[in-house]
Formats: sequence, C-alpha cells, structure tokens
Amino acid sequence: MHEMSLAEGILQLIEETARREQVNRVSAVCLEIGQLASVEVESLRFCFDAVVKGSVADGARLEIIDVPGTGWCLDCSEAVPMTDKLSGCPRCGGYRVQVTGGTEMRVKELEIE
Amino acid sequence: MCTTCGCGHGETKIEGHAHDHDHEHGHDHHHGHDHNPYAPARRHGHSHAPGMTQSRMLKIEQDILSKNDAYARENRAFLAGRRVFALNLVSSPGSGKTTLLCKTIGMLKGKSAVAVIEGDQQTSNDAERIRATGAPAIQINTGKGCHLDAHMVGHAMRQLDLPERSLLMIENVGNLVCPAAFDLGEAHKVVILSVTEGEDKPLKYPDMFRAADLMLLNKCDLLPHLDFDVDQAIESARRVNPAIRVMRVSATTGEGMGDWLAWLEQRH
Repeated sequence: MHEMSLAEGILQLIEETARREQVNRVSAVCLEIGQLASVEVESLRFCFDAVVKGSVADGARLEIIDVPGTGWCLDCSEAVPMTDKLSGCPRCGGYRVQVTGGTEMRVKELEIE
Repeated sequence: MCTTCGCGHGETKIEGHAHDHDHEHGHDHHHGHDHNPYAPARRHGHSHAPGMTQSRMLKIEQDILSKNDAYARENRAFLAGRRVFALNLVSSPGSGKTTLLCKTIGMLKGKSAVAVIEGDQQTSNDAERIRATGAPAIQINTGKGCHLDAHMVGHAMRQLDLPERSLLMIENVGNLVCPAAFDLGEAHKVVILSVTEGEDKPLKYPDMFRAADLMLLNKCDLLPHLDFDVDQAIESARRVNPAIRVMRVSATTGEGMGDWLAWLEQRH
C-alpha cells in the first residue's frame, strides 16, 4: 500500500540501531510480514533497495518471513485460517470473521558486521 | 532540519511552521521521543562462515511503524490532557469531506468548539474554506506524500490552540489506501463514502473500511438520480468490518446530520 513509507520506516529503525550499537555495516535485514498486512512484497523490496543506498545498509539482503493469516469466526466461535481478508470463514462460508493474526510488519533482526 | 526532533526532511509543509531551515523555535513539545523510546537490542553474536568477515545477528523485534505509533501515543496523551475528542476523516478525493465538515461546524456553533487539521498534497484551499466558517484550521501539505502521519499531525495540533473539551477534526489526504495504516492519535477513524462512487468500494479498499468505526454515506440527496444500491454498499462495508456503524447523510440538505451530531456528542 505505501511501501516507500514502510521502507523509510525500516531504514529509520536500522539507523537508530546502528548508531546505538555502533555498527558500521548491516549486511542483512530480516522482516516478518503478515499475509494480511496488505504489503506488496516485491514493491517493498524495490523501495528498500532504493532507500538504503548510501546508508549503513546499502546493498543489504532483505529476508522476509511470511506470517500466516488467522481470524476468529463470530458465527462458528472458532479460530480459522485466512488467506486473504475477504475470503470469509472456511467452515461456514460467512463473512463475520475478525482478523486475529497475520497483520504484523516487523523488523525482526539485523545481520551486522 | 528541525534541531529539536530532527524532522524537516522531505516536502511536508505545515502552515506557520517553516521546515526548510535550522529553526530554533521554542515550542515545548517533543520531549520524550528523541531519547530512544525503544528497549536496547539484545546481542546474540555468532559468526557465520569461519575465516570470512565476522558477522552476527542483532535482535530488533520492532514494528516497522513503531516510530509513527510512538508519535501517535504522544498525540493521544496530549489530546487526553485537554480532553479533546479527535477524529481522523478518511475517504477518496471528492467524497465531500470538507463540505461535511463546514456543515458540521455550522451546526455545532455555540455548542462545541471545533478545530481542523487539513491534509492535502498541495494548496491551502480546504483550510481556507474551514476558516471561512470561523473555525481555526491548519493546512498540512504532504508534497509527494500520500497520507498524514502522526509526526506532522503532532506539530499541527500543538500549533492550534485547542481549548479544553473541544473537537479536533483531522481531514486526511483523499486516499482510500495508505491512511488506513497510520494512527494519528485519534479516537476513531470515520470513513466517508459518497453515493456517486461504487457500492463495492469497501470490497476494493478493505483496509480503510476495516480501520474505521463509522461510515458516513454522504450525498444521499442525490440518490433519486443514481443507480446506487445503499443496501449493497452497507453489506460490502459489513463484510470487511462486521462492527462498522453506518449513517446516511447529506451535507447539502442536512439529511441525517442529526444522527451524526448525536454520535459526536455521545462520545465527546
């Protein structure tokens, strides 16, 4: 949705950490992105490569861990897997499903040198 | 660059708050977020390939939007301190947000003080329309940006001298995508869908309709001239957000505006 802003947010976290930990170079960045986070991963990779140019993370590898989507069906009163936010409940076919997981967008760890 | 908080990169412009020079203005905000609000990262060093450059992993475990969320928390505390009720109004361009705001301000005259933060890529036309009603307004121009974030809104809300127990309306950039993800410190997001748009907009832009607590179906006075199916629009919205409240309004004729004002007064 706004992958450039996300890439800038990632760079801010990297730069803050690098300053605090006195890191000169970040060689890889590991993210957790939920399947329901509405993030276009290819676009995020493109934006990431662009915004880290000239920073401590210039050329860093971007590793993305996919977190599966989960929801709670109000009619079945049960936790259900969700592949997208509009797919509805796989048990009853209804749409009264509230998203409970898979919306995360986190920087998990950095590989530093 | 702002010497207090390091902001000022990019093209954002806030009326009355110049960002293109080393300003040393004495506003007293921004204590807090430039000491690092995050816990120090834990090192758990291990070398990968022996004989090659020593590298190690550093745990971060932080949300990508954590910086925005920290500013949003500050904004929320600032608003709570003055008991100001803030709403984040989101919609596509042309849904009638500004007209709806002008009408709302007019109807609240003498009852509640209202202040407005206007977000647009360019021009201060909307802030001028609001100021013409007598309410204070500040325009934020996001330049190339497609949404307001909590940092720019924090600057703007501190410039508006918000009275105790007043209402703050934040009119976001007309965009049904990006503003969904950015918490500004508001009490609720209110999405405005006009009946000149498609009934299936909630299905096309589900994130926004999921993030909102209330949907105002605007321009209802035009319904006799259109094929718009109100029930289908409401069903689409409920499909992405079973808990969303829906009100039919027309800022032009005043239809439904009583329900909207009652909703505001109940929560305010």
